[in-house]
Amino acid sequence: MELICPAGTPAAFREAVDAGADAVYCGFRDETNARNFPGLNFSRDELRDAIAYARRHGTQTFVALNTFMRAGDEEIWYRAAADAVALRADALILADFGLMAHVAERYPEQRLHVSVQASASNVDAINFLVDAFHARRVVLPRTLTIADIARIAPKIRCEIEVFVFGGLCVMAEGRCSLSSYATGKSPNMNGVCSPASHVRYRQEGKELVSELGNYTINRFPAGEAAGYPTLCKGRFDIADSPAYAFEDPVSLDVMGEIDALSAAGVSALKIEGRQRGKAYVAEVVSTLKKALSVSPAQRAPLLARLRGLSEGQKTTSGAYEKRWR
Amino acid sequence: MSRTASPSLTMGPVYYLWDGPKWRDFHFRIADEAPVDRVVIGETVCSKRQHFIEPHIAEVIERLEAAGKTVVLSTLSLVTLERESRQIRELVADSEHLIEANDLSALGLLNGRPHSIGPLVNVYNAPTARLLAGRGATSICLPPELPFTSVEKIVAEAPAIAFEVFAFGRMPLATSARCAHARSKGRIKDNCQFVCGEDPDGLPVKTLDRQSFLALNGVQTVSHTCQALLGELAGLTACGISAIRLSPQDCDMVAVARLYRAVLDNALDADEAIMQLREIYPAAPLSNGFHHAREGAAWVARARDTAHGQA
Repeated sequence: MELICPAGTPAAFREAVDAGADAVYCGFRDETNARNFPGLNFSRDELRDAIAYARRHGTQTFVALNTFMRAGDEEIWYRAAADAVALRADALILADFGLMAHVAERYPEQRLHVSVQASASNVDAINFLVDAFHARRVVLPRTLTIADIARIAPKIRCEIEVFVFGGLCVMAEGRCSLSSYATGKSPNMNGVCSPASHVRYRQEGKELVSELGNYTINRFPAGEAAGYPTLCKGRFDIADSPAYAFEDPVSLDVMGEIDALSAAGVSALKIEGRQRGKAYVAEVVSTLKKALSVSPAQRAPLLARLRGLSEGQKTTSGAYEKRWR
Repeated sequence: MSRTASPSLTMGPVYYLWDGPKWRDFHFRIADEAPVDRVVIGETVCSKRQHFIEPHIAEVIERLEAAGKTVVLSTLSLVTLERESRQIRELVADSEHLIEANDLSALGLLNGRPHSIGPLVNVYNAPTARLLAGRGATSICLPPELPFTSVEKIVAEAPAIAFEVFAFGRMPLATSARCAHARSKGRIKDNCQFVCGEDPDGLPVKTLDRQSFLALNGVQTVSHTCQALLGELAGLTACGISAIRLSPQDCDMVAVARLYRAVLDNALDADEAIMQLREIYPAAPLSNGFHHAREGAAWVARARDTAHGQA
């Protein structure tokens, strides 16, 4: 199985290549991709250099153009696609039908991957995208169990890529306006979720309060480690009992299940984390690359070491495991 | 093409789990009393709930059609199980009614025949709308998240399609494979015992500072605030919107429909309508932030007011 690795900066990109990534995915420095954070992403020149570096090492480059085109400003996305094609990206990762149609028509030779943001969660949905836009690979939403994937795989006419490690969307990706409800900025339109520009921390007595927009997302008593106020990982009151209503502050780790994923028909394993630093990328990529080449018994200690890098040091196998529902 | 005719009203599908008789009686009353032209029916949120309404679908369709309403059948918004896929395939194969697609599988299966697109499909721009029209879509209810600047552009650049906007109701904000509603009552989706039925208008989610924020509706999360585009109806009409969608809440939806109809017909001033709407549906503050390119929870008072306050 291929290992698909994140890069938010040229430095992280080189680390991922050096650590043995089969492909690195990245985006331009604007709202055309879903990690549109300050200080992240690539200029055209940086992407040209990155692709050249990757190619010298036998690594592929995927360019994510996975937000939805803003009405009237489609040209920004079209130009990004044209540039990525001209720079010889190995694949474009797309979510918007209008953009998929544009790429399929203008650049029929260009390899097109369906972003997780497109929310193609079943056989008919995936085959629709294969038929309509010649999609060659689908990144499955984090809504399916491994058994679901095994059932889907033989019936679809493209490759399957799944997220195995890193941040976990609790909601069906590409169909969530929670962030824009609270802040006006959304993953689909602005490429951001729970943006730092709208985050505030304030001390209230012994408690640290984290806020997103005008809303309290969590309160941390003294001694409890405070996390970033990602909306769906907040603590809320339901019927007067405070709890993590949607999901605890955990991240995804299903590397323990890679044999089952392989047997299910998955071709590529994806690591989330374009917002992470180069040291994180280097450590995660090299460890997971090694984990893929050793026996299951040798794998466990490798993976245990990585857990310390995960959000809140806690992980979940998310929707891949049926009980999570 | 000039499209300044007064928009029609569409009653959206009931997103909540109402028991069979409540669901039936709601639609009977809509058939008999509400000035709506189209009614979208069918379980859209969770396939496990399907059996509650199943015994009543035929009688509801009959009553609505006898009253001159156009009936549209809604598909599920998140399809992951084979059983759910099969249900959509059968619906597409057998239905004599127009179908409203709410996920990509329905879009694929409906290719080449007339259909509607629901607000849970991502249509953010005119090229996407035109692409869907080329595959048979005749009407599109745009996502609640869209600002008016986008709505205007899309309508202008895709003239062959009838567009609809989500103008009343708690906004569907997210859907998950996990059921937060069941989880909040100590269960999981697979053994939920339909606990979402205990909250016919959603289960409130408050912040730890007691701010009303969201509501749970099974696997769906909706806004605490109620989208209310009333002062905006004139602008929507002028830009060529064909229909206005009202999404059922547990309140007097006939009164809501009459109110919107009256504003569309210039028989009631929007400010007066806003005050009346707050009485008809006091459970949730009103919001229109998405329309004005603000946070969705915001309430932007009408232009002649200078006060921009939070709902």
